[in-house]
Amino acid sequence: MKMLWILALKELRDGFRNRWVAASIIVLAILALVLSVLGSAPTGSVRVSELDISVISLASLSVYLIPLIALMLSHDALVAEFERGTMMLLLAYPVTRWQIIMGKFLGHLSILLIAIVVGYGGAVVVLTLLTDSGSEGWQAYATMMASTLVLGAVFIALGYLISVIVKERATAAGSAIGLWLVFVVLYDLLLFGALTMDEEQKISQQLFSMLMLVSPTDSYRILNLSLFEGVSEAAGIAGVAAETGMSGMLLAGSLALWIILPLVATLLVFQNREL
Amino acid sequence: MTNPITNPLINLTTKPVVSLDAVSKSYGSETVVSDVSLDIQAGECVVLVGHNGAGKTTLMKLMLGLTRPSSGSVEVLGVNPTSSSAVAQHKNQGYLPESVAFYEAMSGREVLIFFARLKGVSDTDCEQLLDIVGLADAAKKRVGSYSKGMRQRLGLAQAMLGNPRLLFLDEPTTGLDPGLRQQFYELIEGLQNAGATSLISSHALSEVEARANRFIIMKSGVVIASGTLDELYLQAALPVQLNIVVASGHASSVADRLGSEINICGISDTTLSLSCFNGDKMPLIRRIGDLGDLVSDLQIKPPRLDEVYSHFMNRGVS
Repeated sequence: MKMLWILALKELRDGFRNRWVAASIIVLAILALVLSVLGSAPTGSVRVSELDISVISLASLSVYLIPLIALMLSHDALVAEFERGTMMLLLAYPVTRWQIIMGKFLGHLSILLIAIVVGYGGAVVVLTLLTDSGSEGWQAYATMMASTLVLGAVFIALGYLISVIVKERATAAGSAIGLWLVFVVLYDLLLFGALTMDEEQKISQQLFSMLMLVSPTDSYRILNLSLFEGVSEAAGIAGVAAETGMSGMLLAGSLALWIILPLVATLLVFQNREL
Repeated sequence: MTNPITNPLINLTTKPVVSLDAVSKSYGSETVVSDVSLDIQAGECVVLVGHNGAGKTTLMKLMLGLTRPSSGSVEVLGVNPTSSSAVAQHKNQGYLPESVAFYEAMSGREVLIFFARLKGVSDTDCEQLLDIVGLADAAKKRVGSYSKGMRQRLGLAQAMLGNPRLLFLDEPTTGLDPGLRQQFYELIEGLQNAGATSLISSHALSEVEARANRFIIMKSGVVIASGTLDELYLQAALPVQLNIVVASGHASSVADRLGSEINICGISDTTLSLSCFNGDKMPLIRRIGDLGDLVSDLQIKPPRLDEVYSHFMNRGVS
């Protein structure tokens, strides 16, 4: 446990040193503030809390932004150390390969945690104070923040898998962009393309639910848009989750698997790697 | 300096600290280390000598568990270095890789403290080590701005963390100027005197000649010779050179009187250079002694260490 802490702390310090933490906080805070201010306009006479609106807009944008930030943090976590030769030295210390991966993971996760709590959390505090709108819907907002961290964890884990497979840093960067495109853009595009082409309705409701469930980004989106009544009403998808049979547990389970499987795969590749 | 060969700290009765048995390592079709067997006893300072690509670094990586042998077995401090129990043993080991790399953005002190914590060594020990290797003034600077020599010194400092029982130093003095080199070996000697075992790799035999108890000469992944310096001289069986100073004008007559079987490699008015093998040396010296006043001086020049080295390198695999 102590080793994990030492390794995680180093990653966190690196995050502060190279301004990753600061940059992420600023981006997330600005995003949250701008969206909340813009998003508060259409609440009008409908009985919708401003926080619920913020959850919708932030969840929709986080789906793009958080994977990007997470991948930038993690895509070269291991390959950079192989390339520079620091891994050789690190492995000569009393640390296991498992500890190295988990230590980095905890460190990178902490960077995201700080960015999300300070960025999104700070923005909502400012907003509540400024607009005097009350704290209705804070549970949905808190869940959004927590699930955003989980989404980040998914892409940190996927980034490690890239960083342990590729041989060069440049390849890792390219692969990370490719991975981001597939998970965040192309998958949904193909899914909805298939759905519109599917005139004979070969894709059943169940199959569609499955296809949404296996995608971490879709799981994240549905989780945030459907879990809380206020949010799902405002998003106009009330009852969708219930209809498709996707419970919060199932969605969270999908996200958890997307964290565990890449981490385990990374560890297996790393264990067999010879330096 | 104490005579390394009679170092009382070397204990031959206990189990060797490092033990390799018929170890081979190949990457694809390329064999980097081939059938190497060796033991290193506690307290020994062993030097691995060989050209670049001789397999020295791979041998160290095998001992550190960074890579697995294709065949044969490795044991370090009583455990297989690739086993999970070996990780805990890393506490007792220090490693300085060839052309060591650090986290460039961290300062020298931060790097050392990070590694120290992994080994459970206190921060105050780090300050002491920084002082010993002469980096106290540069401790706050980014490692990225360090010169080659400074990196090497930081590398040695991290290898010395926690007073390791076993040190692996891969070409530790490359990039160091002669003054630093001297200082470097003094540091290692200090650890040595405290009972540490060390394995040092080098591509120059002459640089390390006075430092080691034993030498292992490698070529293309094979151990071609090993032993103490004296043993290597004997194994090499290179001719000894005798320089004789004779009374003016008598050089050729002296040569005649020494017999026809002598091997003359140089002759002038007053000097005569002969080369002979070790076994023929004493009879020849006696005959020279019999010449009386004709000979005024005699110098015996054993083969130089680099000659011994190149002899082994040229002879190749025996």
